[in-house]
Amino acid sequence: MEFKDYYTTLCIDRDATQDEVKRAYRKLARKYHPDINKEDSAEQRFNEIGEAYEVLQDVEKRAAYNKFGKDWKAGQDFKPPPDWDSGFEFNGGGYTETDASQFSDFFESLFGAQGGAGQQGPFAGQHSRYSNKGQDLHAKIMIQLEDSYRGSKQSFNLQRPAVDDTGHVITRPHTLQVTIPKGIMEGQQIRLSGQGAPGMGAAENGDLFLEVAFAKHAYFIPDARDIMLTLPITPWEAALGASVPVPTLGGTVELKIPPNSQTGKKLRLKRRGLYSQKLSGDQYVTLAIMVPKAKNDKDRELFNTMKEAMPFNPRSHLGV
Amino acid sequence: MKQDLQCTTIDENCEYSLRELCNLCKVHAQFVQDLIDEGIVSPHGQHPGEWKFAAIEIKRIQVSIRLQTDLRINLPGTALALELLEEIEQLRRSKSRLEQLYALDKKS
Repeated sequence: MEFKDYYTTLCIDRDATQDEVKRAYRKLARKYHPDINKEDSAEQRFNEIGEAYEVLQDVEKRAAYNKFGKDWKAGQDFKPPPDWDSGFEFNGGGYTETDASQFSDFFESLFGAQGGAGQQGPFAGQHSRYSNKGQDLHAKIMIQLEDSYRGSKQSFNLQRPAVDDTGHVITRPHTLQVTIPKGIMEGQQIRLSGQGAPGMGAAENGDLFLEVAFAKHAYFIPDARDIMLTLPITPWEAALGASVPVPTLGGTVELKIPPNSQTGKKLRLKRRGLYSQKLSGDQYVTLAIMVPKAKNDKDRELFNTMKEAMPFNPRSHLGV
Repeated sequence: MKQDLQCTTIDENCEYSLRELCNLCKVHAQFVQDLIDEGIVSPHGQHPGEWKFAAIEIKRIQVSIRLQTDLRINLPGTALALELLEEIEQLRRSKSRLEQLYALDKKS
């Protein structure tokens, strides 16, 4: 087990006051909240910050933790001494609303998992507004654009809280086979009933909500069900008009470029975006004219001929 | 372990009554009413009995709960945060499209 330096996690000194601990936590929690911060690592960071705050905001726990002194470095292999917490009492009070099921083994070995707000789901310490039904859990799943275009079945590994024989809340890795329906958009959710946190006693389990995110595609950019693509074309294709091949999620199609097109012109390929049973998106192609390099005398001569034959001032609107 | 999973996609085909919405998000109707009053959630229909909520509202309610609980943001703050987050999302998309255009210069 790795030693966790909670002071480093909160970016504070070991002699920080309780007020400083609180301020540091609040600032970082805002920054790394997974609903706000879209970085992949945000959720993990948010949980670490919550764990650090859980310990440092409580004077007793902080004092116990401080007993380790400065000798420990984050990441060092760590085993708590058998009598480490003698003289300290953790009575379950003073726990924050942070989601304890996401805390590290390090935290559990020191403070136990039972004191935490047990029935809570990943990245949200939600109030239990309903009796004893298990908490809903939320997780993000990363899929490829093509998975939404074709529809697919995929396995995802998730950490799921469960109650062990002694009544403690633990997290267990859990593999779920999930059907990705055709045309699902980024931000939409798939709800798996009964796959959330376990209910207390005979109460029902909560639900699991999987929020879809698309992995970055090499050239397609999704916007709801529409697909955006920047398409490079030659100056003669732009000037004379042409039919050029364009990649779409469903394969290559021919696109007619009207004569005298400019960079930035947007053309629509109807119903070539993501589609569900009832709704379909389009693909929008934005043209970008690429000018070939003049590599030799012949190339330069060609450009010169154009210069002579086609006087053109693209800067007239700038008054120059 | 093979399991029969009951998967529901919450997409535009779904529409929820106030009761269904409360069950799904595990919130009281008053909480939804507060979000409506703040303009965070907008149902179709005149009266609570006729209200229909689009799928997008589920996520807005869930994010509202998380922001309020995790960051102690009040209702007007939540509304503002949600609007700004949606705007950031729009800007991010425009940015990646522009980046794609400018990246061409390096590829040529």
